Amino acid sequence: MLKIKNAVKIFAKDTPNEHIALNNLNLSLNTGDFVTIVGSNGAGKSTLFNSVCGNFWLDKGHIILDNEDITYLPEHKRALKIGRVFQDPMKGTAPNLTIEENIALAYSKNKKGMFSFAVNRKEREMFRQSLSEFNMGLEDRMKTKVGLLSGGQRQVVTLLMCTLVMPKLLLLDEHTAALDPATAEKVMDITNTIVKKNKLTTLMITHNLSSALVTGNRTIMMDEGTIILDLSNDERKNMSIDDLLNMYSGKKNKKFDNDRMLLN
Amino acid sequence: MVLILGSLQQGFIYALLALGIYISFRILNIPDLTAEGSFTFGLAVSASVTVLGHPFLGIILSIAAGAAAGTVTGIIQTKIGVHPVLAGILTMSGLYSINLMVMNKSSNLSLIANDTVFKITGRVLNVSSDDAVKLAVSMAVLFAVLVLVIVFFRMQLGLCIRATGDNEAMVRASSIDVDNTKIFALALSNSLIALSGGLLAQYQGFADINSGVGILVVGLASVIIGEAAAGKRGVALGFVSSVIGSIVYRFIVALAINFDIFPAFTLKLVSAVIVGIALSVPEIRAKYARNKIRREGLKNAEN
Repeated sequence: MLKIKNAVKIFAKDTPNEHIALNNLNLSLNTGDFVTIVGSNGAGKSTLFNSVCGNFWLDKGHIILDNEDITYLPEHKRALKIGRVFQDPMKGTAPNLTIEENIALAYSKNKKGMFSFAVNRKEREMFRQSLSEFNMGLEDRMKTKVGLLSGGQRQVVTLLMCTLVMPKLLLLDEHTAALDPATAEKVMDITNTIVKKNKLTTLMITHNLSSALVTGNRTIMMDEGTIILDLSNDERKNMSIDDLLNMYSGKKNKKFDNDRMLLN
Repeated sequence: MVLILGSLQQGFIYALLALGIYISFRILNIPDLTAEGSFTFGLAVSASVTVLGHPFLGIILSIAAGAAAGTVTGIIQTKIGVHPVLAGILTMSGLYSINLMVMNKSSNLSLIANDTVFKITGRVLNVSSDDAVKLAVSMAVLFAVLVLVIVFFRMQLGLCIRATGDNEAMVRASSIDVDNTKIFALALSNSLIALSGGLLAQYQGFADINSGVGILVVGLASVIIGEAAAGKRGVALGFVSSVIGSIVYRFIVALAINFDIFPAFTLKLVSAVIVGIALSVPEIRAKYARNKIRREGLKNAEN
């Protein structure tokens, strides 16, 4: 489904601040894979997402999504196939538009001319129905401006917007990290439901190691722009958080002074 | 009576300008200085074509001229990546020369001897009162445009423009081309502004190369006066309130000049001060609220 081949991304190239964010990274996902990504700050996780989404181009390497080379495709064209939820709840929605208008905008991936009405009655009912499945009461606030919602509510609206028209690939960039624990769990539950129901191919960045090991079917660990650990099936099942940390330091040939680097 | 009638006529014509400014300033969230150039562009094109004997074509061409000006600013902003304000200034400055060219290198043009859309309409409808015709034509054009923009902003492209002014990244993530959306919005905004200029030229019977100076502030004043009256609730209401704001603004100006409250040449200064004060209201309110909290906090600490 998704193939990333020899991806290289270097920031501030040829300066003293040169930083190799992606260092010959290779990754291959099968259709329906739900992969969690862990790694310390600066490991290149977000750079990976940004290059898949097209915020910038790779210096070297190729990205193939659904048998199409998207390496040099503009960002908004990739967005047809890729849904992305950010850590910051403010990023995924337009605050001065109503819930309904936000969803309608995302739904426009699916349809129609620029000169048809933004929301018709049938769609309005459909949006309501989809929102009501999350049991957050948002379906009764369709005319509320999104800016008035809480972070968790906004994140749920964003999730719906990303998946209403099924993407080929869903990218979750620590999308529960800014939420309180209860809301985070709720949003995570909703995420799992959506991904399972639609068999979405998903990549999720998280700093929560326990959640990383139980969510999805595969866990990878990144460091210094490459994948240093790739776990699935039994190997993953038998892995404990301590093991994961040890493995990390083992691969890196150094001991952690402080587990807080990874445990959040 | 003359005062009220004149304010209404001009209010309707300048309301088109206010609608254009509302689109760029409030919806797209860009202070677009192209307005200063595109207003005169519409005025110059309309006047020149009227002199050639085609007043209706003049109005249509002024709309096209404004759209072209907005498109240029949009391309400079998005494709070349120049700061939005600077992009507007570039187009505006360039337009000054183009406007002179359109007006055949003279800085003003008289239409007294020529047929205008107002005169022709009066003849066709067999109405003798000049004022009645002017009022009816300007009102009809404004009403048609108002309905069109309100409907347009309920359509998909209109929604995209609103979202672009609100959260660009999210619009891009919804697989919409933000650059083209912005260019279209600026073209739409400036075509309304140029239409306002085009109508004004035929209404007043002359075109002046300096008509556009300070016109952005006039438009902003209308938008802000409208918002003060009706509040900020939804786009459709925003458009309607901008129209009301424009009429009120014209009325204030007419009153001030009529009763010698201030001389006509100080008009732009007064407009600028009005807009400045209106734009500072939210900040002043916030500061006042903060100070109130602090005062009460200090009072409690003393007890």
